[in-house]
Amino acid sequence: MSRLEGTQRIGDAPRVRRLLVIAAVALSALFLLLPLVAIFAQAFAQGAGVFWTNVTNSYTRSAIGLTLFITVLTIPVNLVFGVMLAWLVTRFRFPGRRILQTLIDIPFAVSPVVAGLVYLLLYGRNGWIGGWLDTHDIQLMFAWPGILMVTIFVTCPFVARELIPLMQAQGSRDEEAAVTLGASGWTLFRRVTLPNIRWALLYGVILTNARAVGEFGAVSVVSGAIRGQTNTLPLHLEQLYQDYNTVGAFASAALLALIALLTLAAKAGLEWRAARQEAST
Amino acid sequence: MTASRLLKQSLLAIALGTGLAGPALAAERELLNSSYDIARELFAAINPEFTAWWQAEHDEEVEISQSHGGSSAQARAILQGLRADVVTYNQVTDVQALADGGLVAEDWQAQLPNNASPYYSTTAFLVRKGNPKGIENWDDLVREDVEMVFPNPKTSGNGRYTYLAAWGYADDAFDGDEERIHDFMRTFLRNVAVFDTGGRGATTSFIERGIGDVLISFESEVNNIRGEYGEEDYEVIVPPVSILAEFPVAVVEPNAERNGNLDLARAYVEYLYSEEAQRQLAGFNYRVHHEAVVEEFAERFPQTELLQVENIVGSWEEAMEAHFAGGALLDQLQRR
Amino acid sequence: MITLALRAGSSPRRVLPGFGLSLGVSLLFVSLVLLLPMTGLFGQLADLSLAQYWAIITDGRVVASYTVTMGAAAVAAIVNAAFGLLLAWVLVRYEFPGRRLLDALMDLPFALPTAVAGITLATLYSSNGWMGRLLEPLGLQVAYTWVGIALAMAFTSIPFVVRTVQPVLEDLPVEVDEAALTLGASDGTAFRRVILPHLWPALVTGTGLAFVRSLGEFGAIIFIAGNMPYETEITALMIFVKLQEYDYAGASAIASVVLFVSLALLLAINLWQGRFIKRLHGGMG
Repeated sequence: MSRLEGTQRIGDAPRVRRLLVIAAVALSALFLLLPLVAIFAQAFAQGAGVFWTNVTNSYTRSAIGLTLFITVLTIPVNLVFGVMLAWLVTRFRFPGRRILQTLIDIPFAVSPVVAGLVYLLLYGRNGWIGGWLDTHDIQLMFAWPGILMVTIFVTCPFVARELIPLMQAQGSRDEEAAVTLGASGWTLFRRVTLPNIRWALLYGVILTNARAVGEFGAVSVVSGAIRGQTNTLPLHLEQLYQDYNTVGAFASAALLALIALLTLAAKAGLEWRAARQEAST
Repeated sequence: MTASRLLKQSLLAIALGTGLAGPALAAERELLNSSYDIARELFAAINPEFTAWWQAEHDEEVEISQSHGGSSAQARAILQGLRADVVTYNQVTDVQALADGGLVAEDWQAQLPNNASPYYSTTAFLVRKGNPKGIENWDDLVREDVEMVFPNPKTSGNGRYTYLAAWGYADDAFDGDEERIHDFMRTFLRNVAVFDTGGRGATTSFIERGIGDVLISFESEVNNIRGEYGEEDYEVIVPPVSILAEFPVAVVEPNAERNGNLDLARAYVEYLYSEEAQRQLAGFNYRVHHEAVVEEFAERFPQTELLQVENIVGSWEEAMEAHFAGGALLDQLQRR
Repeated sequence: MITLALRAGSSPRRVLPGFGLSLGVSLLFVSLVLLLPMTGLFGQLADLSLAQYWAIITDGRVVASYTVTMGAAAVAAIVNAAFGLLLAWVLVRYEFPGRRLLDALMDLPFALPTAVAGITLATLYSSNGWMGRLLEPLGLQVAYTWVGIALAMAFTSIPFVVRTVQPVLEDLPVEVDEAALTLGASDGTAFRRVILPHLWPALVTGTGLAFVRSLGEFGAIIFIAGNMPYETEITALMIFVKLQEYDYAGASAIASVVLFVSLALLLAINLWQGRFIKRLHGGMG
C-alpha cells in the first residue's frame, strides 16, 4: 500500500476528499448562503433607489445609531467581566467553581423574552426596585439604560465562554513563572496572559458584538419601541414588516446582515493574522 | 497595543451613537402616542395635520412620537412605566387593563363619543380572484373543502374578533343551542391552516405563501392588503353578519400630567373625531362616524349587520374569562 | 516532571494574584446581572400554589409543546452533529478554494439576528419560495410542519457543533492518523476507531449546546412553525401566549421548566467536560 510513505492522513484519497468537500460546500451553500442571498434579493427587489430611501430614512438612521451606541457600551462591560471570571475559574480552585461556571450560562438557558420580562418585573414601575426609581423620577425601562441592561444580560457569557477553555488548556505555568520573577498583577496580565489570549478575547468580543446588534426578544420587552428614540434596528425591522413595508424591513435586515458580514470578515482577518504570527514565531 | 486605540475608537463611536440616537427634532413639547402594530402609516398621515392644526390654534410647535407594537404588549409596557400620553388601540381590553391599573379614567368609555372609539371596523374575508370556493358567509367556512388563515386568538386581538364573530353567527343560526355552536366552532377552528401570532404573519401566509382559501381580518386591513397586493388578484367579501370592532382611544392621565401634556393629549384624542382626521381614517378603510365623511365614502363600506361583543358574550371581560383564558372554551374546543 | 507536580498540587495554593479582585467582580456581576433579575421570576412563581404550578406546567397543550420542542431540537441536534462534524473535518483537513469563505460562513447564524433568520427561512421554504418550490413536488413539506421547526433550530445552532469540534481536530497530532493507517485500517475504520474517540467529548459538548439553544429559540422558529395547537406549537410560544394574557405567573411557570431543563443540561455538560479534561491530563501524565 502506498499509504505507508510520507505523512498520509485519514481521508486523504482524492476521491474521498472531493466527495467530502463537495458535500460540505453544497450543503453550506444551501443551508447557510441561500438565506443570506434571499435577504439581499428582497431588499433590492424594487431597485437600489428604494433600498437607499429606506436606509436613509431618519427613523432608520436613529435606529442604527441607538443599536451601535448600545453595542459600544455593552462590549467593555462584558470584556472586563469575562476576563475576570475566566481568570477566576481557570487559575484558582475554590468550592462552587463549577456552579459559578454554570451560572454564567443562564442567559443561554433563558428565552430572551423571559429575560426581558424578568428585568421589567424588577425595574418596571410595579417592580420592587422600579417603584423606588419611579418615585425618584429615574427611568431605566423604556429608555436606553434598560435596553443596555438586557443586552448585557444576553451577551455576558460570550467572552468568558471563549476564554475559559483556552486558559484551561494553556495552564498557568507561564504566569506562575512570572510571579516568581516578581511581576506585579497588572504587568503579569498585560505581558503574559493577554498575549496568549488576545485572539480568543477578540473572538469573544466579536460574538458579543454580533449578538448585541441583533438582539430582539429581550430588547422588545423593555424598549417601548418609541420611534426615533428607543427603537433598535431589529425592532425597527419588525415594525416595518408588520406594517407591510416588506422592502423596508428587508432593507434593515440587509443592514444587519451587512454588519454580520463585516463581523465575520473582521474575525477571519484576525484569525489570519493570528495564524501568520504563530507561523513567524 | 490596541488598548488605547480601542478606547479612542469606542469613545468616538459613543459620541457618534448619542448624536444619532438623540431625538431628531427639538420641539418644546412632545406627545407620545402608544398604538397598535399596523397603524404606523395611519398616524404618519394624521400627526402632521394635527401638529399643523395645533400650531395654527395655539402658536406652539409640538412633536408627536409614536410607539407601535402588539396592543397587549403596548399596554403592558405602559403599566410597567412607559410614559405614553395617549393610547390608540385596536382592543378595548387593553385600554381596560390600563384603567384597571389606575392609569386611565375608570369611565374612559363615557368620556368621548361612541364609546371612546373615533373609528371602527368589522371582520371581513379576503378571497382569491373570482372567489373560486364561493365563500359568502360564515357557514361556508366550515365546509370540508375550505381552508382559512387568521391569527391565533390566543395572541392576537384580531383573531379574537374573528372567533367571536363566528361564535355570534353560530349563536344566531342555531338559536343558542350550545352543543351545535360548539360543533360549529370546533369545525371552524379545525379548518384553520396556519395560526400565525399576528395579523401580518397571517397575511404573509395567505398572500406570499399561497396558503388557504380565505384570509379573515379587519375589513380595513383586508382592503389595505388588496390595495397593496393587487386589486385584480383578490376580492373582499364582507359577510352579511359580522362583528363590531372598536378602536378605542384614551388619555393616560397620570403620564400626561407628569409630562405636562394634559391639554395636548386631550386635544389629540378629540382631534381624531374631527372631519379632517375622519377623512384620513376613511381613506385607510376604517369606518367612521362623521356624517359628511360617511356619505362621501358610502360606496366603500357595504351595509352589514354588526353584532356587538356585549350581545354575543356579555362583555369583553366575560369573553376573556369564558373563552380565551387558559383552559377556557377556546382551549377546550381545540383539545384533541 | 516538575511542572506536572506543580500542576497536580495547584489546588490549595494560590501563587497567582487577583483572586480577591476577580472573585469580587465576578460575584458582583453574577449577582446583579444574572441572579437578581432571576428573583423576579421566582417572585412570580411564589404567587402560585404547588397545585396551580403543577396544573400549568402539565396542561395538555403545554405538554404537547414540550414534545414538539424537544423532538425537533433532538432531530436538529443529531443532524447538526453529522453536518457539523463533516464541516469541521473539511475545514481543518482539506485545502480547497473558498475554504476561508466557508469558514467565515459558519458563524453566520450567530451573527444574523434570529428574527431575520426566521422571516428569511419561512420565505425560502414556503410553497412558492425558492426551496419550497423544489421540495413540495417531492412530497416534502417544510414550512408549517415540525420539519420547519427543526430546520430553523438547526440553522441557529450549527455553529456550536462546528466551533467546538474544529479546535480539537486542529490540535490532533499527525501521529494519530499515521498510527491508525500503518496498522492497515481503512479510512472509515480508522476514523471510527481512532479519530472519533478524540472528537467525542467536543462533539457531545457542541451537540448539547446546540440542543439547549434550540429549546429556548423563539424568533427564528415562530415564522416557520405554523403554530397549530398540539402539532406545531413550541414551548416558547406558550410563554408568549401567557404574556399576552397578562398572566406573568403562568409565563414564569413555563419559563422555569425550560430554565431548569436547560440549566441541568448545561451543568451536566460542564461537569462532564471537567471530568474529561482531568482524564486527558491524567492520561498524559
